[in-house]
This record gives sequence, structure tokens and C-alpha cells, in this order.
Amino acid sequence: MKQVFTRPESLKDVSTHFCPGCHHGSVHRLVAEALDEFGIRSETIGVASVGCSVFLYGYFDVDVIEAPHGRAPAVATGAKRARPDRIVFTYQGDGDLAAIGMSEIIHAANRGEDITVIFVNNTTYGMTGGQMAPTTLPGQKTSTSPYGRDTSKDGSPFKMAELLSNLDGVAFSARVALNSPKNVLNAKKMIKTAFRYQVEKKGFSFIEALASCPTNWGMSPIDANQRVTDEMIPYFPLGVYKNTANL
Amino acid sequence: MQTGTPEKIFVKGNEAVAMAALEAGCHCYFGYPITPQSDIPEYLSRELPRLGGEFIQAESEIGAINMLLGASAAGVRAMTSSSGPGISLKQEGISYMAGSELPGVIVDVMRAGPGLGGIDASQADYFQATRGGGHGGYRIIVLAPASVQEMYDLTMLAFDLSDIYRMPAMVLADSVIGQMKESVTCGPRPQTVLPPKEWVVRGRAAGEPQNVVKSLYLGDGEMEAFHWNMQARYQELADRECRWEEVQTTDAELIVTAFGSTSRIAKTAVAMAREAGMKVGLMRPITLFPFPKKAYAALSERCKLFLDIELSTGQMIDDVRLSVARDADVAFYGRPPGAGSLPTPEELFEQIKKNYRASA
Repeated sequence: MKQVFTRPESLKDVSTHFCPGCHHGSVHRLVAEALDEFGIRSETIGVASVGCSVFLYGYFDVDVIEAPHGRAPAVATGAKRARPDRIVFTYQGDGDLAAIGMSEIIHAANRGEDITVIFVNNTTYGMTGGQMAPTTLPGQKTSTSPYGRDTSKDGSPFKMAELLSNLDGVAFSARVALNSPKNVLNAKKMIKTAFRYQVEKKGFSFIEALASCPTNWGMSPIDANQRVTDEMIPYFPLGVYKNTANL
Repeated sequence: MQTGTPEKIFVKGNEAVAMAALEAGCHCYFGYPITPQSDIPEYLSRELPRLGGEFIQAESEIGAINMLLGASAAGVRAMTSSSGPGISLKQEGISYMAGSELPGVIVDVMRAGPGLGGIDASQADYFQATRGGGHGGYRIIVLAPASVQEMYDLTMLAFDLSDIYRMPAMVLADSVIGQMKESVTCGPRPQTVLPPKEWVVRGRAAGEPQNVVKSLYLGDGEMEAFHWNMQARYQELADRECRWEEVQTTDAELIVTAFGSTSRIAKTAVAMAREAGMKVGLMRPITLFPFPKKAYAALSERCKLFLDIELSTGQMIDDVRLSVARDADVAFYGRPPGAGSLPTPEELFEQIKKNYRASA
């Protein structure tokens, strides 16, 4: 009998700390599949960020640098400039990338660093217990926006895939979701394209993955999945925002 | 990147730092403009790319220190430089580098503070440098040049010590040493035996262990073990790497002690005192961390009066007092940093006379 579904080589055979219904595991898997399919695991350096993504080194079977909160794009810049022959990717959450690390991501993108950024947007700070994030939706209740995000005081959610696509340094920017088989398959394609940009040295590539956080949203995994469809995708439209090399 | 030259040349202290970095094989430099150290990024932006290295003017000092972290984790020699306000911003990254046991050279050309302060010489960042500066309880190697030649030599040494002991190393200069021009001989990179960097992230090939550069220690006892391990390394540094200069201390009845630019002025004052027939010497620590405690202790076995001079209200004096014998006195003369606060040799000579007479 032929085995048709196995663990990617780039992932370790361990269980993760992710909560039931969390989409981090799916994103991890798709990134690992992309590394496997390009055969680049042994030349890849991952840059972990702070938040639920910090344990990257525990799950990916690649060399990893753990960056300070928000600084992964700067750390990745240093690593890539030091070793331009390596594949360097960051894996960051919304608080990490779009709040404390906004400066680092904007400037790394604007310099057109030859790296791939995987941005997991679940509209909340997961690791610290569900506080308001820069991508928390208008009216969304969190532990620090108990009355709902008030855009007149907290501003509106950042649309990072669109924002970064406006920078000349960005070669590829796309937003994907993982809430349906169709979206997962498309996410796989987009993540692979993002790495293809780096493999072919065609510039900075960015993936924003809409993800669920059932625990901090106070929802069941199924309801959380549905929220991605009902609330997140309408606000954060899926699609390719930039594809300079038409890969 | 061999740039050493046996001829004497006449350059600024900041330029000597940049030249030493090139000779030391620094592959990446990341910086942000700030007076009084901008000659360093300017020089390296011109010379480093020519030699195959990478120069980035970062978006901030936070960006720069984290680029240093990334480059160092990837195994190359790398450097950043800044001054007070920028060094404060770098503390986050320095703490992470210390926690991740990463080498890397940080040049701090001190200026007056706190806050925006001013661009004049200061030694008021002694505590920030020698106590680690960031969160978590760690130390970094701190070297204090007192001449343009030492800007060159100690930058070179910082790269070696940083690699050997796997911790950040800081060259702690000030705007006087950074901006003044002196003759310097740019010697070749010393043939130091360096440990192999088996820990670098390089891409995990089949059969090789996964390398992870991190500062998160959640396992039972892991964090505590890290601290004791680093404590042992700091002790090793103290045992092996203390450097200092003594001038006419053998018969001294008063020993002036100062570091960096202040020690230059103090040296002239000591010469004035000797000419006036006073038995006065100078003790100048070159390594501020590790602090040459044993050397101070040895001096204080015989000489019971020290005069500590700093461009601050007194910071190094704590280390001096902790190092000398309990029956030795440590007097202090300080000029807090700022425009016009650099003391003259005559001014320091007066302080020497005052303390010398009082002890006679």
C-alpha cells in the first residue's frame, strides 16, 4: 500500500503546544512542505519571533534564531546579509509584526531583503492571553478591549498584505486563510510561491495567513473556523497583492 | 580583509575603530547616525562593500543591534556603534545577545546625558556598560581606550575576546578619544587561536544536529544553570583577561586612578606632581569588565590613598572601593559631563596636592 500523506521532513515528529483548532499547526505544515518540495531544508535558517510562534525551533527541523519581540526582520536581515546563500524566513504573529515590530518589517521590506516573511494574523495576542492586537477587528472584544475595539481611540486594524505591497522593495505579497480545504490548498500554493521568490533570488516575499485562535476568542474550534469566514475574510480580503515576477 | 599597514598614519579615533574592524575581518556593520561616532559608519560605508562586506544603515539602533544578532548567529564577525541615546536603544538586543551567548562588537563613543544630553565627552555610561545595561542580569566585556592607538588595538581585541568568551564586547570610548587625531600604527590581526563556532545557524544538513540560537530557557533548572555557567565564564575572564596600565606606582603614596580620556589628563597631572617632588602614580584600568580588582588590591597593600577621577559624579569609584584593601582611602574628584567640563591638568594637579597634603 502506498502512503500518500506523511509528516514533512522539515517538521519534527513531536506534538505541538498549539491549542485545539489553532491554525498555527497548518501554517507550520505548509511552510515545511514548501521547504521539502524545494529541497532547501538543509540550507534554511528560520527566525522565530515572540508569542505562540516562539517554539519554531521545537517543531521545525531546521536551524533557528530566536529574535527579540518584533525584531525578526532585522535579525533575518543580518543573517541573510551574512549568509546570502541561505534561505531565511521569519515567522511572526500580529502583535510581533504589526505593533512592536512595525518599524523592522517596514524597513526590511523596503530594503527588499531577500527573505520570506510568514505573518500569522489571528487578531489577538495569543501567548499572553488574548489582548488587543493591531489587527483586532473593530468592535472585537479582547482582554484589553473589554468593550470592543473602538476605532476612534484604538485606530483601525492594519491590513499588512496591502500596506507592504505599496513598497517598491516588496516583490510578492499575498493573504491566505486556512479555514477550508480550498483555502488551505491555495495557501500552500502561495507559501510555495513566496519561497520560490527567495529560491530564485527575486526579492522580498510576504504571506499573511489569517488564522483562528479558539482559546482567546472564547470559541469552539468549529466556531472559530467559521469566524474566519464570517468576520476576518470580509475585512482582510484574500488574494495576491503583489507578484512582480509573475511566479 | 587584510588592511593592516606597518606605517604610522594620522587618523581620528573613530576612524581607527573602523580600520581595526576591517583588519579584524568584520564582515558586517550595522549602524545609525549619531554624534560623536558617525565617522565609523561613514568610513565603513565607503570601505566595507569594497572588501566584500555588508554595510547597512539601519532604520534605528534597535534595528542595527538585531541585525548584529542575526549576522553573529550566522557565524560572521559583525559590529555596530553608537552613543548614549542609541546605546540605550540597543540594550534590548544586547540582553538577547548575552542570553543567546552571541559574540559581537559594540562601540560606544560616550556623550553627555541623560536624555539627549549633549555631544561632549562623558564617562557617565560606565554603569550602563559595566553592569550589562539591559534586563536579566548579565555582563559584557568592556574595554576602555585612552588613545587613538588603543581605539585600534582594543577594537581588534574586542573581536577576539568576544569570539573566545561568546559574549558581546564593548569598546567604551568617549567623544574626546573618538574625535581626536593621533598617530597610529595599524598592526596586522593577531594570530589568536579562536574556538570553532560549532553553534552557528548554517542550515541543518542531514546527520548534523539542529543549531538553535535562543535565550528562552523554560526547562526546570535551565535558566539557573545558564546563569551559573555565565558566572563561571565571567570569573574566567577576570582570571585571564584583566588589563591595566600603571605609571610610577612602585613608590607612590597617592595613586590617581582614571580611565579613557580622563586618564590622559591625569597622566599629565601625575607628571606635574612628580616634578614637584610628590610620590604620585597612576593606575588606569583598560578592561572595565573584567575590572582589574586584583591589581588594585595589590597596589593598596602598600599605597593607602587613591584619587579616583571621572567625567561623572562617580561610578567607577564603586569598583575601585570594592577592590582596594579595607584600610585604603579612595578620594574622588569628578566633573559631570557637559560642555566645558573637561578638567585641565592644572585642575587635577591641585586635587592631587590637596589630597597628598592631607595624607602627609
